[in-house]
Formats: sequence, structure tokens, C-alpha cells
Amino acid sequence: MKQTYRDIDKDGKGQVSLMPEESEDLWHAYNLIAIGDCVTASTIRKVQQESATGSSTSSRVRTTLTIQVEAIDFDTQACALRLKGRNTVENQYVKMGAYHTLDLEQNRKFTLFKVHWDSVAIERVDSACDPTQHADLAAVVMQDGLAFICLVTSAMTLVRNKVEVQIPRKRKGNAQQHEKGLHRFYDTVIQGILRHVNFEVVKCVLIASPGFVKDQFYEYMMQQAMKSDNKVLLDNRGKFLLVHSSSGFKHALKEVLMDPVVTMKLADTKAAGEVKSLEAFYVMLKTEPSRAFYGLKHVQKANEAQAIETLMVSDSLFRAQEVGKRKIYVDLVDSVRDNGGDVKIFSSLHVSGEQLDQLTGVAAILRFPMPDLEEEEISDED
Amino acid sequence: MSRHRSVRGLNYDEEYDDYYCDAYGHSVEDSANFCASPGFEQQYMFDRSKSTAMGDYIVGTNPDEEDDDDDDSDGKDKAMSRRRLDSVHVEFPSNLSPTSEARLKECLEVLRDISGESIPEPFLLNAAIEANYDSNIALQILHDKPRNTEGPSIDIVREGSDASLDDLKAKLETICREDKSARPKVLDKLAPSTSRTASSSKSGSSCSTPRMIISPSPSLSKPSPRESHKAKLDPVAEYEKERKSSQKQCLNMVVIGHVDAGKSTLMGHLLFKMGQVNQKTMHKYEQESKKVGKQSFAFAWVLDETGEERTRGITMDVGLSKFETKTKSVTLLDAPGHKDFIPNMITGASQADVALLVVDATRGEFETGFESGGQTREHALLARSLGVLQMGVVVNKLDNEGWSKQRFEEISHKISAFLTKHVGLRDADVVYIPCSGLTGENLISPPTNDALKSWYSGPCLVDVIEKFRPPERPVSKPLRLSVTDVFKGVSSLVNVSGKVECGFVQAGERLLIMPQAEQCILKAVACENASSGMTAFAGDQVVASLAGIEAQNVSLGSVLCEPQCPVPVATRFVARLVVFGIEIPITRGFPVIFHQNSMSEQAMVVKLIASVHRSTGEILKNKPRCLLKNSSALVVLEVARPICIELYKDVKELGRFTLRCSGATIAAGMITEIL
Repeated sequence: MKQTYRDIDKDGKGQVSLMPEESEDLWHAYNLIAIGDCVTASTIRKVQQESATGSSTSSRVRTTLTIQVEAIDFDTQACALRLKGRNTVENQYVKMGAYHTLDLEQNRKFTLFKVHWDSVAIERVDSACDPTQHADLAAVVMQDGLAFICLVTSAMTLVRNKVEVQIPRKRKGNAQQHEKGLHRFYDTVIQGILRHVNFEVVKCVLIASPGFVKDQFYEYMMQQAMKSDNKVLLDNRGKFLLVHSSSGFKHALKEVLMDPVVTMKLADTKAAGEVKSLEAFYVMLKTEPSRAFYGLKHVQKANEAQAIETLMVSDSLFRAQEVGKRKIYVDLVDSVRDNGGDVKIFSSLHVSGEQLDQLTGVAAILRFPMPDLEEEEISDED
Repeated sequence: MSRHRSVRGLNYDEEYDDYYCDAYGHSVEDSANFCASPGFEQQYMFDRSKSTAMGDYIVGTNPDEEDDDDDDSDGKDKAMSRRRLDSVHVEFPSNLSPTSEARLKECLEVLRDISGESIPEPFLLNAAIEANYDSNIALQILHDKPRNTEGPSIDIVREGSDASLDDLKAKLETICREDKSARPKVLDKLAPSTSRTASSSKSGSSCSTPRMIISPSPSLSKPSPRESHKAKLDPVAEYEKERKSSQKQCLNMVVIGHVDAGKSTLMGHLLFKMGQVNQKTMHKYEQESKKVGKQSFAFAWVLDETGEERTRGITMDVGLSKFETKTKSVTLLDAPGHKDFIPNMITGASQADVALLVVDATRGEFETGFESGGQTREHALLARSLGVLQMGVVVNKLDNEGWSKQRFEEISHKISAFLTKHVGLRDADVVYIPCSGLTGENLISPPTNDALKSWYSGPCLVDVIEKFRPPERPVSKPLRLSVTDVFKGVSSLVNVSGKVECGFVQAGERLLIMPQAEQCILKAVACENASSGMTAFAGDQVVASLAGIEAQNVSLGSVLCEPQCPVPVATRFVARLVVFGIEIPITRGFPVIFHQNSMSEQAMVVKLIASVHRSTGEILKNKPRCLLKNSSALVVLEVARPICIELYKDVKELGRFTLRCSGATIAAGMITEIL
């Protein structure tokens, strides 16, 4: 993401112009834009014109519109962001208050106006515009008959392809069918890799599996590449990295990102960092349960006592429809920071973020134990 | 079938009978009824609302035994006369009150079930009246009579195959030997036969959960003509008949233990000694393994068949084999010991009734396998939570320790403490055997080695297997066949292998595949451990050939069931968890892998309802924040896509599961409520 203009005054009112450059940037935009904000972007509108004689013609015109957002829609697979809202600025073609849906696209500038830019939003802009945070990574998590091909960027884990092939088991005197099924499975995975992994961007392709599936697969893939003289695979041979995982399901990605071999190669990506802190939380929950809490109510109480050392928040909470709810979490983040605590905002698209989402979305590791907090009932929902 | 047939003038009832008699004679399209006309549909398709009994189909598919007799021309006349006698219309005495008539009918029904068609109807009737409608006494009378009543029909009875008469007598004797107190038991045994047919008419809401429906005897309601003229299939009686004929009890045994404990070698050697592997093959294995420098793996190659397994020298998938002892027919499941293949081991163990836990006696090896991180503990825990109640502990490779008694006792002591305290097996159900899989010491014959002979006088491995008690098979419950493998056979049919968890199945039946909800026709079932190819009962490992379905519509974890009693399908359920020794506590939102039989699926702990006491089950704390190790709790689980599950109290095999996370088994559980 590129920031072309920023004008935010002291009390947080102002606007920022941004240029999304890749699909991940649209995810950032999705997290920035809240209902009620105003967005200016270039768009195409079908305009009907009536001539003096009464005949009407319709034409499509490109124009720049500013709308006040009423609904936000994000498609994670296609990385497309659509904003629905009413026109707020006088325009040659569109009346004031007329509805329009903006499609935010890559490489097209948009301007976002907020009445109040809070710390979380500003941080988001900064981190999105930080060019050092790029570590594009593809991962294939697989087991016999099941594979997930994922793309891992700093803020997103996208499942690009799920491969499921029935492989007959070995049976007396009939190992042939097993081999055949296995090869069919491998072929499908190779197809998936070729289709979904852009080797120009991706720095590393992880192949993770339990047992020997990964080795077998890698061997088979290279053999096939030799046979068919597939330049793409052969040239990028060095980008493949074989890692152990306990299963072929998506959340095994968590283990993969924890693997020391991977962390060395990736430097410190956001995804790996998130996994690490969530792990630390669980370890604390086991060793010293009175220093690890989750759920808004508990965490707030701990914050009042200035006890929070590390706060983990899922970014899905900041996308809350109600302004008030978002404010609660923003205040929590600010206050923890003020008290010298560390705040980690998890991307809900990562595996670890998904897990945190299920764990009410907020969790905290405390500086000192608070046993009386343990006694209190956790609130029923969230 | 003639080509120029008056279709319009057909008597459909007759055609219908014919049609189902030769289940093999027609093609898939014939029976699948795609786009049938309403009339045709009404005639042939199953309609729940019309309360057609399942018996209609079952009876229809029975090959007509009487027709076979017609073929030999010598006995043709006799057979004809016999048949005429058989079909003599039985008139009830007219002076009966309605209640006694009902009782008479009920009694006759019971007699018919037991005798089949070997005794003509008038005899049954007379006996029933004589016995004052008591089926037990009537049986006694029938049993005595054929010898002392020199009536016109005696030659007929005798002429009807002697074998069947003897069989009947044996059966009557066993029943009659039971005194009066045993009578309700006899009737109970017979009850399921009626409940199976009657449940279809009573179905509706109750069919979603399998439940024994105790229905009134069908003789009280009006039986359909088809039902009454042939003996109904009684699962329990059929089951017992079959078991009697094969003489051997079947037993599913899984072999578990730490990697490199010698499971495959032990079993390979056992199979070789039992004569299941011929000399030539064994010689080939020996030569080949010597060539690659792995001579000690020769016996393991009997069970490890894929090239991958042989080159790496470890078992990766469950090896299936069978052998027979004096009284048992054993299906052997050789589970992989390597940590990464525990999902496969779960597949194997969930099909097993008993287990052999193999441990390596070598100093140092036993310790690594048994301490934390080794698979000995995990396997034992898994096997127990998957329903294994008896276990043989094979202390393998004891020859490495010079057959030391001290070592054997040290190991058995350690394992015994673990099995009884943590795993929850009874001491009486665990046997310890010193063995050597490589040399074959103490496998099928008492030890020959002097060092071992001097102190060991216990049983050898085969004797131990012999002494295992096969569990009760839930034959009378509705059919559940869980699929463990799908493959193509020689024909165009889809072959699935799996285990009949409960109920029984017959070739020719129309079945439902859940959760895909696809219908198919069962063309053949072949048991792994029984000779018969037409029926399979609970506990059998079978290969079933299905018609009318594509291979991609069946997957691991699918369940075949009767269309009347489909297995429940759900994604969310309440379960009681027993948490093992875990490193990381379980909270809500915890992602896990859900293993049930051969299926594994992504799942998530959605809610912790309460933590409960491990043994008493009383609630310790509502809504706990997390579950620590060795605790027990009620939780809500959600799986990523619909799966077939049953309540634990209904069908144990489908009601229990294990949860795994990052390569370790974290909990076992049973389903208590489907949401």
C-alpha cells in the first residue's frame, strides 16, 4: 500500500489517500473502512440521459464519487472489496443521496475520510504501508488424500485450493490401486501448485506433511517436472522447503510456522509471531492459570489493575458494526499501551487469528497473578 | 423370459416375486427406477408412508430353496406331494375364543420361526393346541412326536432332508433343555425378528435414532401374504445358525506398540507358523530382504506389502490378515507404530475387539517406548478408549536379554501398574507373554529354549489368543456398516470394505449411504473371516460390492444403513471428554482433529459446558475457563462438515471418538447428545 496524502488533525478528524498495490492491501482497506466513513474513489456509473424529445439513452461514464459507507463486503478468495453508500458530494452525473456501490481495485487510489482516526486505525495504515513487511509464502499442507494449498502473507492466510482424492488402502496382492490413487493425488496437487502459486512473488514454498508424504510428493513432482520439462518447477527447485506437520489439515499450518527451520528462512513474519504469542498464552494458562485470561470482562478487569503484559486482540473486533463496540476495544488497546503493555493485533485470516476469534477474540498474559479473577464467572457470550 | 409377452395382461404380483427371486439377473437400471411412471413407481418403489415391511424385500431375495428340488427328476413326484401337503390350508378349530386364537397364532409364529419349513403346518397346529398355546411345551411335543407318531406324514418328514431334521432336533434340544425360567429369554431372542419388520411401519420420528422397538407380534396384526408363507429372517437365529455351522468364533485383534517393537515381525512369523504363508513366498521374502540388507525384516514383509513400507522398514498402514486357531477365526490388524501414523492405528484399533500390546524387552528400548513420547502408552490408551477390553502384553525380543525372568517381571510389573491405573483395564483381562518374534519362541508351541523353559510355564501366544472372549455382537440392532476403504474391483461395481458395527446385512438389500444420502444396492458381501458370501453380521470385516453408485460418492467414514433407519448426521454435538496428559490446556476455540473409525475431520471445541468428576460424573464446575490434563468434561464440539454419529448409549462403535492435536492424542470422548 502506498500512502499519497495524509491530513489528520489533532482530534483525529481527517483524511488519508491510499493506493492498494496488491490483494493484501485490500484486506487492510477492509479493516480500515468502517460504516459511516466517507470514501472517494473513481468508479463507473451507468447514466441515463433524457433528450429534449423524450428519448432516453444510457451510457457508462467513469467519474469520481464520494459516498458515505453503509455496507462493506469483502470476498477473501477474490480479494475484492465493495462499498455501498450514498453520494455525499455534488456530481455531474449522480444526484446527492443517490446510492452507489464502489468497487475498490488494486492500483486505483482512494481517499478515506474519518471523523475520528483512532490509534488502531492509524497503526494499521502505517503497517500496511511498511514495505519491509512482505514475506510472501506458499504452503502446501498435506496428508494421504488431503492437501491444502495456502498463500501466507503478513496479514492473510488464504486457502487457494483444497485437494481431496480418495486413495484406496493397500490390500493383499493389490498394492497397484494404492499407487495409482496416490499418483492421481500428487498430480492434482501439482496442478494446484502451478495454478495458484506465483513463483515470481513467492519466496518460499513449504511442503508440510506427517510421515513421508512430503518426501514422496517432492520426489514425484520433480520427476514429473523432468519428464514434462516443466521450467517453472525446475527453476524454482530451491524455493521448496520440506517441513514436518502432524496432519494435513489447515490448522497444522500453525505448527509449520513454528518450525525453527521455517522461522529462520522467513525472518520474523507477522503470522509466525502471532502463533508464538498465542502459544505463550496457552503455556501460561497451563503453568500459571491466574496469569492468563480471556474474554472481554476478565481482560478489562485485569487492565483496570494495570496487570496486562501482553494483550492479544483479533482484528475482527475492530470491524464491529457498532461504533461503541469498536471504541471499547480501541480504548482497551490504548490503555494497555499507556501502561507499558505489549499489544498484538491478530489478523483473523491467519490460523492463529481464527483460533483467537473463537477464544472470544481477546486474551491477555498478565504481569502478576490475579487469583480472585479466576473465581468470577465468565460472561456467557463473548 | 419370452420376447412376445402380453405385457398388458401381466399379473404384477407374480412378476414381482420372480423379479426379486433372481437378484443377480437384472441390471442396475432395472432396479434403480429412474424416472418411473407413477404406476410403476407405486408398484416397485419403496414408500415409507405405505408401511411396507422390510420383510417383503428380504424374503423376496431369498433364493427359493424348493425350486432346487424340482430339478432332480427322481424326487420330483415326492417333492410335489410334499409341497402339496405343505400348502394345505391350515384351518383353526372354529370353537376358539378370540383371545385363544390370538395366542394360538402367536405360538404358531414362534414355532414356525424355529422349525422353518421342515414340519408341516398341521403338526404345528396340533402341537400348539395340545400344549395349550405354550410354545415351549409345543416344541417339546414336536421334538418327541416324529418318533412315536406313526402317521401318514412320517415318511415325508424323514424324506425332507435328514440333515435339516437333525439340525432342528439339535436346536429344539437346546431350547428345551432350558427350564421354564429361561423361557422369557427365548422369546426375547425372537422378538427382534418381529421388531425389524414392524419398525418400518412404526417409523417416522423414531427412526432417526436406532432403538429397539418392542412391537406386538405381527400375527396379531394382519400379516401380508408374502410374510406369512415364508419363514422370516431372524437376525439372532440366523446369526447363531451361521456361527454354529462355521464352528469358530470370530475375533478382531489389533497389534499395537511402539515403533520397532517388532509387531509386524511377530505377526508375520505367527502367520508363517500357522501355515498362512507358504514356504515358497517366505523363501522369496528372505532372499529379497537379504539382498537389500534387511534380513531381519523378512517376516515383517508378510504384512508390509508396499514398496515404501519395505524400503523404510516400517509399517505405514494397517495390514489386514487372518488366521484360524482351534476355536477361533481371527482377523489380524497390524497397526503402524510410528508416531505419524497414529491416525491409521486408530482406524485399526477401532475395528478391533482385543489387542496385543507388543513391547521391546531390550534394555533401553522398552524405556524409550514406555516413557513419555513413546507410543506404548498412547496406543494402550487409544485402544482402551476405542473399546478394547482385553489385552495381551507380548514382551518381545526377550532373547536379547537372555530370557531373563527378572527383566520379564520388571516389565510386566511396570506395564501392569500403568494399564490398571491409567488405562483402566482389569488385571484379570491382561495376560503377559514372553516371546521372540524373530526366533519364533513361544508363539504357537510351548517354549523349547532351556533358559525360558526353566521359569516360564504359562501359555504361548496362540493359547492366549485362543482364550480371548469375543464380545457380544449387537446383531439385532439396525444395520451400521462403516466404510474404511473404497476401491475398484474386477467388475464395474464399487467395492467398499469396512466393518459391520451392528445389525446384519444381506446381499440384494437396498441400502443408504450416509452422510451423502445416496441409495445403492448391495450386490454381494464377502466376509474376511467367514465363508458365507451372502450375509454378514455385526463384528464382521466385510468387502461389499455396491451397484447404483459412483465411487466418488462414498468416502472414508461413510456409513451404510437401512433406508428405514438412517444413521444420524450432524456437525454439532455434546460429548463427554476424558482428557489425557496434555501439554497445552484445552480452551474454547481449540482446533482439534476428530477421529472416529477410519475418518478424520477438522473440529473445534465450541463450548466448555462443565468439568465433571472423572469417575462419578458429577459436575465440578460450570463453564470452566480451560481443561487441564487428566480431567474430564462436558463440551460442545463442532466438526467442519456433516458426519455420521450415534449416541454412545445407542451404538458404542459410532458414539466414541478421539481428539488429536499437533501429533498427540489429547482426549477420548463419547457422544451424549446430538444438537
